Amino acid sequence: MALEWRIFCQDTIDRTVVAGCFGSGGGAGTNTYLDWLISAWGQTVLVAGLSLVVALVVGSIIGTIRTLPDSPWLARFGNAWVELFRNIPLLVQIFLWYHVVPVLFPAFADTPKLVLVVAGLGLFTSARIAEQVRAGIQALPRGQRYAGMALGFTTPQYYRYVLLPMAYRIIIPPLTSETMNIFKNSSVAFAVSITELTFFAQQVAEETSRGIEVYMAVTALYIVSALTINRIMAFIEKRVRVPGFVASTGGGGH
Amino acid sequence: MLGLDFSFFTGEVFRGYILSGMYFSFALTAVATLGGIVFGTILALMRLSGNKFLDIPAAIYVNGMRSIPLLMVLLWFFLLVPLLIGRAIGAEMSAVITFIAFEAAYFSEIVRAGIQSIARGQVYAGQALGMSYAQNMKLVILPQAFRNMIPVFLTQTIILFQDTSLVYIITAHDMLHGFTVAGNNLSHSRESYILAAVFYFVICYTLSWLVKRLQQKIAIIR
Repeated sequence: MALEWRIFCQDTIDRTVVAGCFGSGGGAGTNTYLDWLISAWGQTVLVAGLSLVVALVVGSIIGTIRTLPDSPWLARFGNAWVELFRNIPLLVQIFLWYHVVPVLFPAFADTPKLVLVVAGLGLFTSARIAEQVRAGIQALPRGQRYAGMALGFTTPQYYRYVLLPMAYRIIIPPLTSETMNIFKNSSVAFAVSITELTFFAQQVAEETSRGIEVYMAVTALYIVSALTINRIMAFIEKRVRVPGFVASTGGGGH
Repeated sequence: MLGLDFSFFTGEVFRGYILSGMYFSFALTAVATLGGIVFGTILALMRLSGNKFLDIPAAIYVNGMRSIPLLMVLLWFFLLVPLLIGRAIGAEMSAVITFIAFEAAYFSEIVRAGIQSIARGQVYAGQALGMSYAQNMKLVILPQAFRNMIPVFLTQTIILFQDTSLVYIITAHDMLHGFTVAGNNLSHSRESYILAAVFYFVICYTLSWLVKRLQQKIAIIR
């Protein structure tokens, strides 16, 4: 079966092949599938990037309060948060944010669907990151906490200056895979018609009847994205490494 | 409460819309777990074989599968399998094949980690007793590795159960689809989505609680 890559050079409306493949080659108003593919990739990066910010901020807070001494109710709230967001499938959570939240809470009635999806994906992932942050803090020797206390630090201070800097270095490997997961999971945004890569794949494969070429292009972009994230995180891990501290090399030693 | 009305959800609605989808979700989870463990073990053994003609293809397969979203894999198989075997197979069968192929990659990583967690001395002991590679794997390493892996397997199965909801993209009839259809037909879609969330939560929470219990039990025996 011959592959027909020229479909990416076609205009999305009249299906004529545009010279140079980009819409700009055919004058104002033309838009090729290649243009659309790139903007879909941009949407995927946008959804994943914003969700990652939400997940890191919320996940860090929830993960930290689960390890606080003398605050059983905060810890219980943190545990309930993790159980709630971890035990409902992501797609169901996205549907709840998109179909149910705007109706039940009028404050969200005019929220753009991109924000709703980011909230859904971000909070879903926050539960997983909270779990990693908690594990990272608890992996530190107890003496670190006591050392901070002995120096007269307040609780926020010894978290800020003693525990968290080491905990984050420990959890870089699981955070890498969570970042790659959030990128892959952003594909569920297709379900609420956000024009990201998976939506593009489904829509354009139907329009052009060229599923194989379209899926190959989209799959290649996902793989490139995954590799890029992997390299970026490896770079960060190397930059922030503390000499002589080996726990951050990952690979679960024996 | 907040203008929601759950009274539409009767036993009849449950049997008519949800039960068959629920059955499919459970069956898909079970088949994909078993298939995933079988093929995942084969992939893991290929990767640990030390033969690059087995190792490299398995590594490409596993890493490739793990860098693509499941939704894309579902779309791929839904498109390709009928082309390869020359006839349509339906969304449900396509979902089963996809999940086995996809989960095999994830299970192979679990099995690989499990085999590598076995102390080297065990391998040498088997060799010293004159066992062949296959005997050593079958009688010494895999039984211990699988035992260590049981909690991780079960956790992966819970994730898998949640992921079965993604067959939405090829409109296979799973539990979520049952709730979606019931909500649309009886015009209570909001309540129906909430009920779907409750059902998934109860099932997954119960399972993860059981896994935690099991983990504690195994930890005591060791």
